[in-house]
Amino acid sequence: MSVLHIKDLSVYYANTRALVGVNLDIEEGEYLGIIGPNGGGKSTLLKAILGLVSPTTGEIKIYGKSPGHTGTRLGYVPQLVSLDKSFPLTVEQVVLQGRLRPQLTLFHRYRAEDRERVKEVLKQVGIYKLRERMLSELSGGEFQKMLIARALAVNPKMLLLDEPTASVDAEARKQIYQLLQELNKTMTIILVTHDLMAVSSHVRTLACMNGRLVYHGGPQINEGVIGELYGCPIDLIAHGVPHRVLANVAEVKQDDARSI
Amino acid sequence: MMLEVFKYNFMQNALAASILASIVCGIVGVIIVEKKLVMMSGGIAHTSYGGVGLGYYLGFEPILGALIFSTCAALGIGYVKRKGTTRSDVLIGMFWSLGMALGILFIALMPGYPPDLSSYLFGNILSVTRIDIMFMALLTMLVVLIVVALFNYWQSYMFDEEFAAIMGIRTAFLEYLLFVLIALSVVVLIRVVGIILVLALFTAPPAIATMLSQNLKSRMLYSILFGSIFCMTGLGLSYIVNIASGAAIVIIAVMTYLLVYAVQGYLSNRQIVMRGCELRGQQEQ
Repeated sequence: MSVLHIKDLSVYYANTRALVGVNLDIEEGEYLGIIGPNGGGKSTLLKAILGLVSPTTGEIKIYGKSPGHTGTRLGYVPQLVSLDKSFPLTVEQVVLQGRLRPQLTLFHRYRAEDRERVKEVLKQVGIYKLRERMLSELSGGEFQKMLIARALAVNPKMLLLDEPTASVDAEARKQIYQLLQELNKTMTIILVTHDLMAVSSHVRTLACMNGRLVYHGGPQINEGVIGELYGCPIDLIAHGVPHRVLANVAEVKQDDARSI
Repeated sequence: MMLEVFKYNFMQNALAASILASIVCGIVGVIIVEKKLVMMSGGIAHTSYGGVGLGYYLGFEPILGALIFSTCAALGIGYVKRKGTTRSDVLIGMFWSLGMALGILFIALMPGYPPDLSSYLFGNILSVTRIDIMFMALLTMLVVLIVVALFNYWQSYMFDEEFAAIMGIRTAFLEYLLFVLIALSVVVLIRVVGIILVLALFTAPPAIATMLSQNLKSRMLYSILFGSIFCMTGLGLSYIVNIASGAAIVIIAVMTYLLVYAVQGYLSNRQIVMRGCELRGQQEQ
């Protein structure tokens, strides 16, 4: 049975079409990368799954539940830029938020087991020694790892990440991908990214979005799909390194790039 | 000599009002500043003027009218903001002016000589009565209780509302509650600094606290402390020079902020220059 089932999903903002006719099924243990141009509906798809925007038509089921009623099954890692990096909290205080009781509880206090879980996930992402640090003292990579830790503190079955490597350095990027690889052994992962290199070498399946689902399948895609996605293949040859995404066309493209 | 004036009832009331106002503006002000709701608070405050006018027109306590109008404005702005069809700053602008206009209309409709509204607009801390104090104390306790009882939730809501919502926390409820808290706080502050000047007490103490502390709770405590100092010094100044208490308090608050800002800027510049010299020294060696 699929853990995420999307049928004929369309989302409109006022009169603007963001997504149309998306059908997607994700199996337990999947590692899905979602790529596509800006405005292609990647984030909208993620937000619809999370219950932050409601579908105009169609339906979404996550573990058989509707979005917004998934409880602690989903762990979400938002884009770094959407948050206040100087907010007066420590790393530990932020990660503890993943242990907050969803039912509003008066005079709520975190329990010993909550703190234990926070310690565990901080060690898992490798920033346990930074637990007392204020957010303003963190690098981009450390901040991102903290957000992953907060999502893991929830004990989710499925992890959804929005551009987790957008503003981190190369070293942290590598560590984050290693971590995701490790996490994928026990949970389903959905990763929205611009990082085509990562997509080719890490994910198991790929979804390409451009207002609709252009492609869904293995991480080797052909030039036709890229053309539909971006309108032109320029974005990909910019990397200049042959990799699996463009396995068949990479060499040709490199020659083209040199001749320009 | 100065202490003698505290024998007077009106002075004791003024002092109590200062402290209550500082507690409210310290706690709620920090949330407003962090959540970028300053203009929203301005809108709620100014809408309450309509309630003051209605109170005079229909002959009930104007501050009660202010409470009703500001609460309705809070819920109304919150509702439209949540529906997301109109930009909230546009709506706030309209509520802001509409409230003031209604106030003017109701006062104009009143038969007879128009009352002096300057104490509602600019505050008159020396005219606060015992009943005012009881009313303010009740609202202050309510605000403090709601913030303390749900503190972990406020923290999560302020830092990352989306994440809280995904976890299943009722963020819509928290948002409405916060707007109502702002409305209640506005009413507490009206008697002290007046509708027009409320924003200064919501912003100056938290802004100074932000420069001094990196911790949410201690920022609130610092804000309360600074708010009290501003209110009491302003109270003294308004008694001696005989100007509206609100104006005195606001001038002191904003001046202090500018001073702290300048001193901090000077200190951190000096640090950078000194670090630069050290580095150059090391390089030369």
